[in-house]
Amino acid sequence: MSAIAFLLQTIRIAIPYLLAAAGGVMSERVGIIALGLEGLMLSGAFGAAMGSYYGGSPWIGLLGALAAGLVMTGVLAIATLRFKANQVVVGVALNLLVVAVTRFFLRLVFDSASNSPRVPGFGGEGTANAMLASFANPVVWIGLVALPALGWLLYQTPFGLRARAVGEKPEAAVTLGINVGALRLKGLLLGGALASLGGAYLALDQHQFTDGMTAGRGFIALAAVIFGRWEPMRVAVACLLFAGAETLQIQLQGAQLVPSQFVEMIPYVLTIVALAGVVGRSVAPAALGKTE
Amino acid sequence: MSEPNTQMKSTGELLTVPAVPPRVAGNTLLENTLPIIVALAIAAVVGDLLILTFGESPATVYRLLVEGTWGNAYGIGQVLYKATTLTFTGLAFALAGRAGLFNVGAESQLAMGGFVAGVVGMLLPAGTPGALGLLLCLVAAAAGGATVAAVPGALRARFGASEVIVTIMLNFVVLALLNWLVSAKIHVPETLHTPPINSGGVPRLSDLFAAFHGSAANWTIIIAITAALVSWWYLFRTRGGYELRAVGLQPDAAEYGGISVPRVIWVSMCMSGALAGLGGLNFVLGYKGYYEEGFAGGAGFLGIAVALVGRNHPFGILFAALLFATLSQGGLAVNALVPKQLTDILTAVVILAVATAVPEVQRQLRAAAANALAAFTRASAQRLATQRPSTKDDA
Repeated sequence: MSAIAFLLQTIRIAIPYLLAAAGGVMSERVGIIALGLEGLMLSGAFGAAMGSYYGGSPWIGLLGALAAGLVMTGVLAIATLRFKANQVVVGVALNLLVVAVTRFFLRLVFDSASNSPRVPGFGGEGTANAMLASFANPVVWIGLVALPALGWLLYQTPFGLRARAVGEKPEAAVTLGINVGALRLKGLLLGGALASLGGAYLALDQHQFTDGMTAGRGFIALAAVIFGRWEPMRVAVACLLFAGAETLQIQLQGAQLVPSQFVEMIPYVLTIVALAGVVGRSVAPAALGKTE
Repeated sequence: MSEPNTQMKSTGELLTVPAVPPRVAGNTLLENTLPIIVALAIAAVVGDLLILTFGESPATVYRLLVEGTWGNAYGIGQVLYKATTLTFTGLAFALAGRAGLFNVGAESQLAMGGFVAGVVGMLLPAGTPGALGLLLCLVAAAAGGATVAAVPGALRARFGASEVIVTIMLNFVVLALLNWLVSAKIHVPETLHTPPINSGGVPRLSDLFAAFHGSAANWTIIIAITAALVSWWYLFRTRGGYELRAVGLQPDAAEYGGISVPRVIWVSMCMSGALAGLGGLNFVLGYKGYYEEGFAGGAGFLGIAVALVGRNHPFGILFAALLFATLSQGGLAVNALVPKQLTDILTAVVILAVATAVPEVQRQLRAAAANALAAFTRASAQRLATQRPSTKDDA
């Protein structure tokens, strides 16, 4: 197995993580816990399949993903910002809601319990090298630049400065005349859009929506956010690391060196270790989870 | 929440001047029940809309839902069976919640409890007396769940690590571990379940009441009700429970009052995990007689909904467990007309609605109460100016 093939496959696996983790960083840096990433991704995947199926183009699929993701982000925003509901409870409920809603509409729209029909994806179907073909997908490039761009946004722009202020010390932000609620809403919406694109990538890459297709990727992205200490570039490295471990496991499947279940555990165990602070403590934004 | 004697009056009454000062901030019955009623109403409306999009009549679907659950003994049995597991996971979330902790790990604690109980039951020699076998399995299930929860408890107590994140991450770790243990080590060939238990089985309700025949309802429900009673007694009638609630309400004040906050955090997480672990008995000892991969099936997460609707009170949880068990079983009953996921959507809507309605309704009620208190103060001042008021102050 060549190093190039390994790298390409790692990047392919990492794209949904990178996008969802970018959404998670944005959301958590403005102080809203990103437990709903899994649900946002799944709604994005469903929206992408719907848009692509009815619009006949993956670009409309992307619009569908954004629409579905933003509707769900809206639910999240209303509950946590307007009504100050507990963010942990809302996050868990959102994940349950999206699983149920996508299954319901899968039956309503496609009359299937498990998957949508085949939908158009981004090009490269007839190309010889399937691995390279997937890079014709613009979402791959969005995924690759998402976290570096977010780093620039957070650290080089007035919006980023305010966002960080709101996430660390909202009282201080208020005294500077920042509208905390409006800023958190912007952060949530941007985060939701990014996470739903992560889901869209999955659906368009596999040319269909399947029930529960995000399969815990939202939580791996959340793990990457924490393991990367909420710093965009560190988070990007964490995503690539987790994806690399997965690639390795796929490549070594025949060898049976380590049971696959133990490879699956890597992101979660690393995150728990990071939180415990054994090597370099992971410290959350100070106002995370506190609305009022 | 020892029942306060100054029970909140209705909002209308509060606007007039009461004889006794109204309680401005407290866990009163109205503050706890009103948001639930609002939330259920919202869920019912959402349900109507979804049923209409599917082109069915809401009345027909709801009637089918009730008939398929509470309309016959089999349906009731299934609801009771599902409510049993949900009672345990609901209690688990509530107990941690009373200590100010979010145990989002009930799913894996439940699975681990069931697994350990199944293994102990399997290892017992065939001649073991049933009562002894049950006792050993019970202890094993509680210990299994507590062990899983001890990790986030210790990390939170020692390092301040967020128990929310650690419990979520640990869910994946523990479920993967159990998956490996069952698929690679102990399972009946061609299946994903362990060999059957030799002792400790819990009889079905149908053994005594023939009408329940075919339903999974079993006597674990007695253990669940006992767990609720013991939780209530512990929380509201013991020193440990008092300390637990004190830490949940105001950790700094608790610390100042001489309570070891880290110890309370660790102990509450372990107890919470033990409760979730006991839930595994329902499936493993009461239903199948073995541990099967994936038996938890989301009951751990539903425990959050149960605790939320039950307002973290053991008796409220018994009610809420029946509600969500009804929704879960009801989905199967209506599946011919609308997708069974309808009730899953309603479950999620109830959680969201309760989570939003509780702070909102409480804010409204407290604003009303504060207004009333101000009015009361003004009125008292006027009364004092003329004569001595005959009210007794219970503050």
